[in-house]
Amino acid sequence: MPDPAGGYDEVRAGSMIWARGLRKSYGDFEAVKGIDLDVQPGESFGFLGPNGAGKSSTMRMIAAVSPPSGGELSILGMDPGTHGADIRSRLGVCPQEDTLDLELNVRDNLMVYASYFGIRRAEAAGRADELLDFVQLTEKAKAKVVDLSGGMKRRLTIARSLINDPDLLLLDEPTTGLDPQARHLLWDRLFRLKARGVTLAITTHYMDEAEQLCDRLVVMDGGRIVAEGSPLELIRQHSTREVAELRFGVGEHEALADRVADLADRVEALPDRLLLYTQDGETTLARVHERGLDPAAVLVRRSTLEDVFLRLTGRTLVD
Amino acid sequence: MSVAGATRTAWPRWEMVARQRTYWWTAYKRTWKGSAVTSFVLPLLYVVAMGVLLGGFVNKGANLEGAPSYLAFVAPGLVAAHAMQTATGETTWPVMGMIRWNGTYYAMIATPVGVADVVTAQLIFVMLRIATTSAVFLSVMAPFGVFGSVVGVLLAWPVLVLVGLSFAGLFMAYSATIRNESGFAIIYRLLVVPLFLFSGAFFPISNLSTPLEWVARCTPLWHGVDLTRMLVLGDVRPGLALVHLACLLVLCLVGWWLAVWRLDKRLEV
Repeated sequence: MPDPAGGYDEVRAGSMIWARGLRKSYGDFEAVKGIDLDVQPGESFGFLGPNGAGKSSTMRMIAAVSPPSGGELSILGMDPGTHGADIRSRLGVCPQEDTLDLELNVRDNLMVYASYFGIRRAEAAGRADELLDFVQLTEKAKAKVVDLSGGMKRRLTIARSLINDPDLLLLDEPTTGLDPQARHLLWDRLFRLKARGVTLAITTHYMDEAEQLCDRLVVMDGGRIVAEGSPLELIRQHSTREVAELRFGVGEHEALADRVADLADRVEALPDRLLLYTQDGETTLARVHERGLDPAAVLVRRSTLEDVFLRLTGRTLVD
Repeated sequence: MSVAGATRTAWPRWEMVARQRTYWWTAYKRTWKGSAVTSFVLPLLYVVAMGVLLGGFVNKGANLEGAPSYLAFVAPGLVAAHAMQTATGETTWPVMGMIRWNGTYYAMIATPVGVADVVTAQLIFVMLRIATTSAVFLSVMAPFGVFGSVVGVLLAWPVLVLVGLSFAGLFMAYSATIRNESGFAIIYRLLVVPLFLFSGAFFPISNLSTPLEWVARCTPLWHGVDLTRMLVLGDVRPGLALVHLACLLVLCLVGWWLAVWRLDKRLEV
């Protein structure tokens, strides 16, 4: 591989995902505007951002199905432009929209998919049974996919993405639209994969998911990376230790923000509540009461990624 | 776990195509029942209605390009048009479904299989479908005594497959391009039906006015109809037959290339 920049080659060869100045345009629209990435083997790496931040475009480039419009990209030490098939043979892809074959039964979905990887029938059968057990769908093996619940389909998609025993698993919003129980089951399965040494790349717009699953993450906004680090690092860098949430009457929050502005490091007025960023929530709350303000509801909590996100992108993730 | 580095496995293309046989076999198994009955009945209805009953009104002395009867004239045209229609059916809604409704293509290309492999495998499947329906059509025609020679019929069979394929690639490219189903109404009304009616299947194209006759000569279906008729009736003019064959082959290749190009563009976004 030619190496115009010098010295990158070894880093690149050792990384699962390596990108410099990566861009993607669709006509005049630039979805990804030059990002750098370096994901190491065994890591669980997250892409966080609102809809339209460029997460899915980035994921498709990493999946070696969408050629970059600019910059450099190396997946599993290979160039997707020349080694697309080799890369894809070692990837597991769980797309945002399920692309299961609805007319086929659960097990046949896995068998057909195994054939694309050139896995022999007998071996595929063994892996299919193992994976159905792994995602707790053994009892549904003969059921048609069209009859499965959303959570079951998602689990089947994950099972399908593991049929080739991938080194790198790409999950594009794996739990969007699932109920809490289904999400927790999925998270547990992803933890087990991580423990086995599978590298995970996850896009999500759920903060709790990112905090749970990711060793390290980037926050994307408008096609750029606006912050990078572990969930804890990001909270430390971009937020205070605690947050006091105050809920007043409808439509009062904007106006009241000024009256408490000096009580916290930073005040964020959301449509339904005020967020006071502070080192000590209880003390701040006491001061608010001293001012004669009487919120309808209060909550003191630790800072989360959601606060980081709000700070960095200027918006909440409720959408 | 370590990264193994840049080892290129370089699977041969045919293997990537062959890996999709499980999918297509499975897909076929769940649809064949629906098509089995119609593929026998429809040819029979056409041959009886157009060839026998309508043909009874056609004067014996009419110019039928050397065919002994209207039935003998129209039957090869019908089977060629049928090959086109089979190809159309297999490459319009199913292709759109695999893009928009079940995302099958997206699932396929997330694996080592590439877009060109996907197109090739699907066209091979379409080819087998055309081969089956054409064989059925030809065997339905046999008892009506319209075949000039057995060898001619055996040669006509691959030609019919070629006729179908020359449309399959083009329609696949079209289906990969349009955004919704309303685009299909356009090609059925403005392309498939006019071709079916005016490409020499039902009457010699010399009956058209000269400009229209030349338009008809440029349509792929006319090449298919004329070549099939030559072979079935055992009246082959070698020079013209080669022109027909070359036109159909070129269309197949162009169609394949266009289909790969359009599907690649569509799946990238």
